[in-house]
Amino acid sequence: MSMGGRVLGLHLGLLVVLFALQFVLPAYHQGNIARIMVLASYAVGYNILFGYTGLLSLGHALFFAAGMYGMGLTIQHAGFTPAPALIAGIVAGALVAGGLALLALRTSGVAFMIVTLMFAQAGYLTILYFGEYTRGDEGFVIQQAQRVLWGIDLIDPTARYFAAWGLFSVCFLLSLWLVQSRFGRTLIAIRENEERVRMLGYDTYAHKLGAMVASGTISAAAGAFYGLLFGYAGATFGSVQYSIFPLLWVLLGGAGTVLGPFVGTLFMFYLIDLSSGVTSAYMLIAGVALVALTLFAPQGLTGEVRRRLWKGLP
Amino acid sequence: MEFGPHLILATLEGAVTAAVLALTAVGLSLVFGVMRVVNIAHGEFYMLGAVIAWYVAQMVGGHPALGFVAALVIAPLVVGALAAAADVTILKHIEYDPERTIVATIGLLYVIQQLTLMTYGPEARPVEAPFSGRVELPWYEWFETLFGMAQPWGWSITSYKLFVIFAAGAVLCGVWAMMARTRIGLLMRATQADRDMALAFGIPVERVYALVFGIGAGLAALGAVLIVPIQQAHYLMGVEPLLLAFIVVIIGGLGSLPGTVLAALFIGLSDGIISVFFSPTLAKILATLLVGLVLVFRPQGLFGTRTA
Repeated sequence: MSMGGRVLGLHLGLLVVLFALQFVLPAYHQGNIARIMVLASYAVGYNILFGYTGLLSLGHALFFAAGMYGMGLTIQHAGFTPAPALIAGIVAGALVAGGLALLALRTSGVAFMIVTLMFAQAGYLTILYFGEYTRGDEGFVIQQAQRVLWGIDLIDPTARYFAAWGLFSVCFLLSLWLVQSRFGRTLIAIRENEERVRMLGYDTYAHKLGAMVASGTISAAAGAFYGLLFGYAGATFGSVQYSIFPLLWVLLGGAGTVLGPFVGTLFMFYLIDLSSGVTSAYMLIAGVALVALTLFAPQGLTGEVRRRLWKGLP
Repeated sequence: MEFGPHLILATLEGAVTAAVLALTAVGLSLVFGVMRVVNIAHGEFYMLGAVIAWYVAQMVGGHPALGFVAALVIAPLVVGALAAAADVTILKHIEYDPERTIVATIGLLYVIQQLTLMTYGPEARPVEAPFSGRVELPWYEWFETLFGMAQPWGWSITSYKLFVIFAAGAVLCGVWAMMARTRIGLLMRATQADRDMALAFGIPVERVYALVFGIGAGLAALGAVLIVPIQQAHYLMGVEPLLLAFIVVIIGGLGSLPGTVLAALFIGLSDGIISVFFSPTLAKILATLLVGLVLVFRPQGLFGTRTA
């Protein structure tokens, strides 16, 4: 599939701007953007399944947590160094995603939502149950000495920013490439009309399985990096809340657009950050903003841009 | 300790959970069945019911029963009216589009939670039960040579808990009667069966929707009023019933009221019984896995009919 110059320019441009921002941002916002980039990677992973394949999962926290604990537990209990630990986290996420996909893809619609929710909830409770190793809700801190990746100390804000940027760049470009590929086109077709795609002779089950594994793996990578970059793993990251967050970010930013997850995460993060500076009622503002967006920008921010300004936006 | 008394106690405690859960879930199921709306804010309507019950009980004063009865009437009405207003101002305008409804109701959840935190505060507050005598559970066993009744301490339940079970049962019968026997129930069922056809026959579908949304929220609030004398009212109390109600609605089969009630009984009782005999966390893990697997192999739920 050919990729328009404008499309490539826009997406690479965002990465260049994010790279350059490092040199101008004050320390506080530098930390924020690093966090947003990791969380946006999570949303990018979510978007592949929800935005492009049309499967609404309420259990992505399971993959995020699988990445986080796959990384954290191997560092904590098996003495792994960060690089293999990250890989362990990502592999754990891919395995969990594949396993859940085999079960959950037997269902569709609301049942799919609830099946994913249920298994994620079981995963969350399992983290609590094995509190001896995971320290449950309290979580555990990954010591500074265990966070040196190839001689780079990730506790240094600049190093952390670039690690987050690297993760985001990979996930972002991967999703751009994926949705423009044959495979991604088929996913979009499945979202629009699964019956017809099946009649055309495509194996829709295999495509959805692939989408779920890809989505889960990217989410797990985000979870693994989140734990490593911010030095903490806790059961909260496996709770329902963390399944709903990426859904919100993606819907706000625009489901089924490559830029959407980042825009949504950025918007939501700063909305809460800025309003909590003004008033303690930041949830009120976030809630009102959510309602207003559904009323006035039903396709999310980037979705509106695509609808009104630029039809070809991937 | 003996197995028998434990089982009875666990069953009764589970029945209280099941009763309140059934009310909440039937509310969700109505909204889901008639309007095809996934209402994430349902748990917050439940929480509002409990909080309003506390305010009403404070204002009425006198014998606790007075405040409680007032709350039983006022809280569901106020919450129902609020929900109906939310339906008319928000949900109607996004045309009940599934994804947008989810986001909008999440937004609503944040708004309600924050407003409650700002006015009611973060404390958990109790409402006094209207009556709370202890009912001894009879337990028969062999003493040496004769068969007699033993009443060791601890094997008793408050009369209020028994009342909750019966009250919930009565309300559920009322809901059933409304759906099956009254004109408004007929309109609801017609709207559920075929929205466009109902419109064509002159049924004011929008008003039916607002009413259903209000009744659904009111049932959640009613369940919460019943539970506040046992569990205190707290601004975060809506999360767990929301999740449980969702499970129940899906397990029971979408939009099927008998299925919902049966599933609520099943979930409530099994939760009560398993957590007495095993670790509560392990019980929850097994229960959630079981629910997931049931759905994998029977996606339409226990009483649902298979739809595309």
